[in-house]
Amino acid sequence: MRVTQGCFSFLPDLTDDQILVQVQYCLENNWAVNLEYTDDPHPRNTYWEMWGLPMFDLKDAKGVLIELSKCRELHGDKYIRLSAFDNTHTIESLRISFIVNRPAHEEGFRLERVEGRSREQRYSTRAYSLDRPEGKRYA
Amino acid sequence: MTDAPTPAKVNLAEEFDRSGVGPVLQQLDDELIGLAPVKQRIREIAALLLVDRVRQKFGLIAEAPTLHMSFTGNPGTGKTTVASRMSEILHKLGYVRRGHLVSVTRDDLVGQYIGHTAPKTKEILKKAMGGVLFIDEAYYLYKAENERDYGQESIEILLQVMENNRDDLVVILAGYADKMEKFFQSNPGFRSRVAHHIDFPDYQDGELLAIAEGMLTKLHYKLSPAAKQALAEYIPMRRGQPHFANARSIRNALDRARLRQANRCFAAKDEIDLEALVTIEAEDIRQSRVFASSR
Repeated sequence: MRVTQGCFSFLPDLTDDQILVQVQYCLENNWAVNLEYTDDPHPRNTYWEMWGLPMFDLKDAKGVLIELSKCRELHGDKYIRLSAFDNTHTIESLRISFIVNRPAHEEGFRLERVEGRSREQRYSTRAYSLDRPEGKRYA
Repeated sequence: MTDAPTPAKVNLAEEFDRSGVGPVLQQLDDELIGLAPVKQRIREIAALLLVDRVRQKFGLIAEAPTLHMSFTGNPGTGKTTVASRMSEILHKLGYVRRGHLVSVTRDDLVGQYIGHTAPKTKEILKKAMGGVLFIDEAYYLYKAENERDYGQESIEILLQVMENNRDDLVVILAGYADKMEKFFQSNPGFRSRVAHHIDFPDYQDGELLAIAEGMLTKLHYKLSPAAKQALAEYIPMRRGQPHFANARSIRNALDRARLRQANRCFAAKDEIDLEALVTIEAEDIRQSRVFASSR
């Protein structure tokens, strides 16, 4: 199952040329571009590992793409997302975030049903990949 | 070969006008005094760009040339000034995408402990992408007497990026001629990757005078005729003294002349008009120790 989140989630994955253009737009707006990766695809997992520091004061998107290719070399079997932080007063939050790398095979989620008090039915989703320990989920 | 129809002939003059290169070269001629070899080389680069564009129209291969440069010359011959101008020129010529200048020295590239150098150098290179990386006094990167110096690591990363990211950034190395020569001898990789070795000649006395007037005009000052004469006498005398640094010596001399002019205006304690405020008189220059020592 293809996990989607963030901007452009309705589109096929962006190519490197398309990522380059998006990053250049971010840099021209003075946003700090940041790379993060994780192997836990659950949508509620907001704590992704940072790939280095956010990239401040770059002028050209090529610098970000170099970092991205290095990150892919090491974490090519995980999810990598690119986000841009706008530090303008009163905004001070992410302006854009999209997935730039995903595992070759995504196993998807299973629905878990839990019986609560008074036979109340509760549901939760759990990624199949989480059955394996961290680092071996998409090997 | 492309599928676009190939024109039979292309008007080079028309192409030149459209490229916007003309004003850039003109501005260079107007604002920089002397430096004939430098201007010549920039003109050649511009010509190559133009011809490449025309070649592309005919479907011929037009690969981006290697533009890494080394600027050598004595102190104060305008290496840094030209480098900052160069990024702008290359941007207008379309060789670099953003046209910003990242100016660094050894301290910015080389770390202080093992494993510190590579991230530092890469960080700088990332910032320089799409622009010009200017490494001032590049020979300090390599220290022959210490083979475990971290500079070597930085050099290796630089060489790799200079080769692989040729169309992403232009590296300019600058330094004094003799030391740069030694640097290139001990790092042959650099010499072969740097396509343009540009030597900055020392300025003539007349050129220095013109530079001085240009500096003063920019600061809203002017020389009285007598002061101009004094400065013309000052320049060859200063050249004869040790630590002469071309335009930089002239700038320092002018800074001191401005101090004396301010002091003179202040000492007069009279009402002062605009003319007196902007004019540097001969006495402001003739008080220099250069004149004192020759007497």
